[in-house]
Amino acid sequence: MRWFLRAWLLVLLAGLAGLGWVLFGQPGQRAEVVLTGPVDAAMLADPERIANGAYLARVGDCATCHTARGGAPYAGGRSIVTPFGSVPAPNLTPDRETGLGLWTFADFWRAMHLGQGRHGKWLYPAFPYTSYTHVTRDDTLAIFAYLRSLPAVRQVPEPLGLDYPYRLRSTLAAWRALYFGQGVFQPDGAQSAQWNRGAYLVQGLGHCNECHAERGALGGIAKNARLTGGQIPVQNWYAPDLSTQQNGGLAGWSEQDIVDLLQTGQSAKGAAFGPMADVVAQSTQHMTDADLHAIAVYLASLPPRAPKPAPHSAFNVARIASAGEKIYLERCADCHGRDGNGVAGVYPPLNGNSAMSEPTGINATRMVLLGGFPPATAGNPRPYSMPPFAQQLNDSDVALVVSYIRQAWSNKASIVRPEQVSTYRHTPID
Amino acid sequence: MNDFTISLRGLLRQVAGWMAVAMAGFCATVQAADSPNVPDTLQQRIAACTTCHGVHGEGTPGSKFFPRLAGKPAAYLLRQMQDFQDGLRNYAPMEYTVRHLRPDYMREIAEYFSAQQVAYVRSPAPVVSDAVLQRGAQLVNKGDPLLKVPACASCHGTELTGVEPSTPGLVGLPYDYISSQLGSWRTHTRATVKPDCMAVVARRLREADITAVAAWLASRTMPAHTRAQPAGSVEPPLPCGVLGATGEGA
Repeated sequence: MRWFLRAWLLVLLAGLAGLGWVLFGQPGQRAEVVLTGPVDAAMLADPERIANGAYLARVGDCATCHTARGGAPYAGGRSIVTPFGSVPAPNLTPDRETGLGLWTFADFWRAMHLGQGRHGKWLYPAFPYTSYTHVTRDDTLAIFAYLRSLPAVRQVPEPLGLDYPYRLRSTLAAWRALYFGQGVFQPDGAQSAQWNRGAYLVQGLGHCNECHAERGALGGIAKNARLTGGQIPVQNWYAPDLSTQQNGGLAGWSEQDIVDLLQTGQSAKGAAFGPMADVVAQSTQHMTDADLHAIAVYLASLPPRAPKPAPHSAFNVARIASAGEKIYLERCADCHGRDGNGVAGVYPPLNGNSAMSEPTGINATRMVLLGGFPPATAGNPRPYSMPPFAQQLNDSDVALVVSYIRQAWSNKASIVRPEQVSTYRHTPID
Repeated sequence: MNDFTISLRGLLRQVAGWMAVAMAGFCATVQAADSPNVPDTLQQRIAACTTCHGVHGEGTPGSKFFPRLAGKPAAYLLRQMQDFQDGLRNYAPMEYTVRHLRPDYMREIAEYFSAQQVAYVRSPAPVVSDAVLQRGAQLVNKGDPLLKVPACASCHGTELTGVEPSTPGLVGLPYDYISSQLGSWRTHTRATVKPDCMAVVARRLREADITAVAAWLASRTMPAHTRAQPAGSVEPPLPCGVLGATGEGA
């Protein structure tokens, strides 16, 4: 079955590669880049531009992928693991041999805006140029100036670990035809400047959609899927819907709640955990109040989609919920409250928390198993933590208590089965 | 009939009245339980740590694995959290737990566990032959010149209670924990600042020596005093990065 699927994918990819070739020209040709005005050394050395670039690189969270654990910032040395194999994140410091030392701004713009490497080859979309294409030329130039200002670190990238046929760059022409739309963000004249700033940050450097939308069999996100929520491949956490959707979206979140979560890692509606804890720790906590409010205004304007029908279950939901409630009262209620409303500023609410009622149940399951700290931030430097229950509760107990939480109070999500708990028992690190 | 109706009404009214009082009381109780009273203490904040390591860092002997943290030098404990963060020391639950803690908070947590004074509770040690225990005792107290393995006591203190500021005590640790750590140094899943002297020692041991050392340490009688020796009271036989040595090691 697996080989059949692979063979089928291969045929599909070959067909699409051919189509891509015909439609979009031979991959490997350097795309035409229109640069408005030349870039000279003085522009790259401008301290104000460099400082702005440092901020924008934070917003883009570049360091998280382009830094090895315990390694020099932006010097690469780490690989991004995908369902198709691993892709090394290159060294972005100005080392001439192993970094961006020989790159011109035109090369860098081509990478960010078109997903094309220095020698014209298409870049693997583990690099989220699908989002970065929306970034303006000025901002891209500032980031380039900042990267040029870093101390050069010699670090040879890890080898490419992509499986066949995905490592064939020719297949990327087809992938791009399906999933990549090139173009700098265009402001919506009907919206405020603040809304447009938020939309620009979310869609561009913030690259929120790369996690918060479902990826298909070829690892791409449908062009019309915008922040609809999705399971993050390999890491297997669920990045929730960021529209104002009920039960799993941002319904009920105030602008301040969104700002709080991004700035401090916790809010009156829930805390950051899993991959979002990384994002808060490395990126959003460093953003200005004005930018965070802009993001909040934009997200709070995203309309909910048509509600999905309530999940059906062949199991005795009432019995499961009552057995789960017993465990909840013993293990969880001391901190999260019988009413699931948590303790303001200390323990997050579970009632109405999108992490509890997202479609898969992965997040709640993992939280119960792993516990842990929300990210320590300037706004919450000594966070309260949650005990891990992996050693204390078996798969069935975890399934019961998670099912209860997902159906208690205002939550209306499907139950979780013990087999699902067993799937997510391991601890994800990267 | 009419009287009955009236008295029934009166009774109902009374019952309703009592029920209202009872409900008010019940709600007050529920309200109290609904808003948990959370003490603002470090101990409360670090529930993620104490589940396995014990509220006072005493370990959980029942687990036969999770190590005691109480009384270990603070700089050692801080170093371990940093090594988990940097991927030098690999144990997924610890790497996940400390991933986003900042240095000040980790130092505070390290100092908390270091300052705890709590009785030792022994983990059950495996039954091994006398010959194995003798080999363990030899390695711990005298080392093995043929293998170029120094005695554990030459760094970890004469009573193996550790040495300030960065050398942990080896007393009262579970067998599974000690043997898995020695194994981790050999398989490159536990490392620290270079030169990593413990990696050198662990790789010089024979495989059977790991069982011998771990079994002897885990079954040894507790010394009367369990505090770490003062800084500078031992002269390490190998260069150790955690003790300030530089270079690539032996």
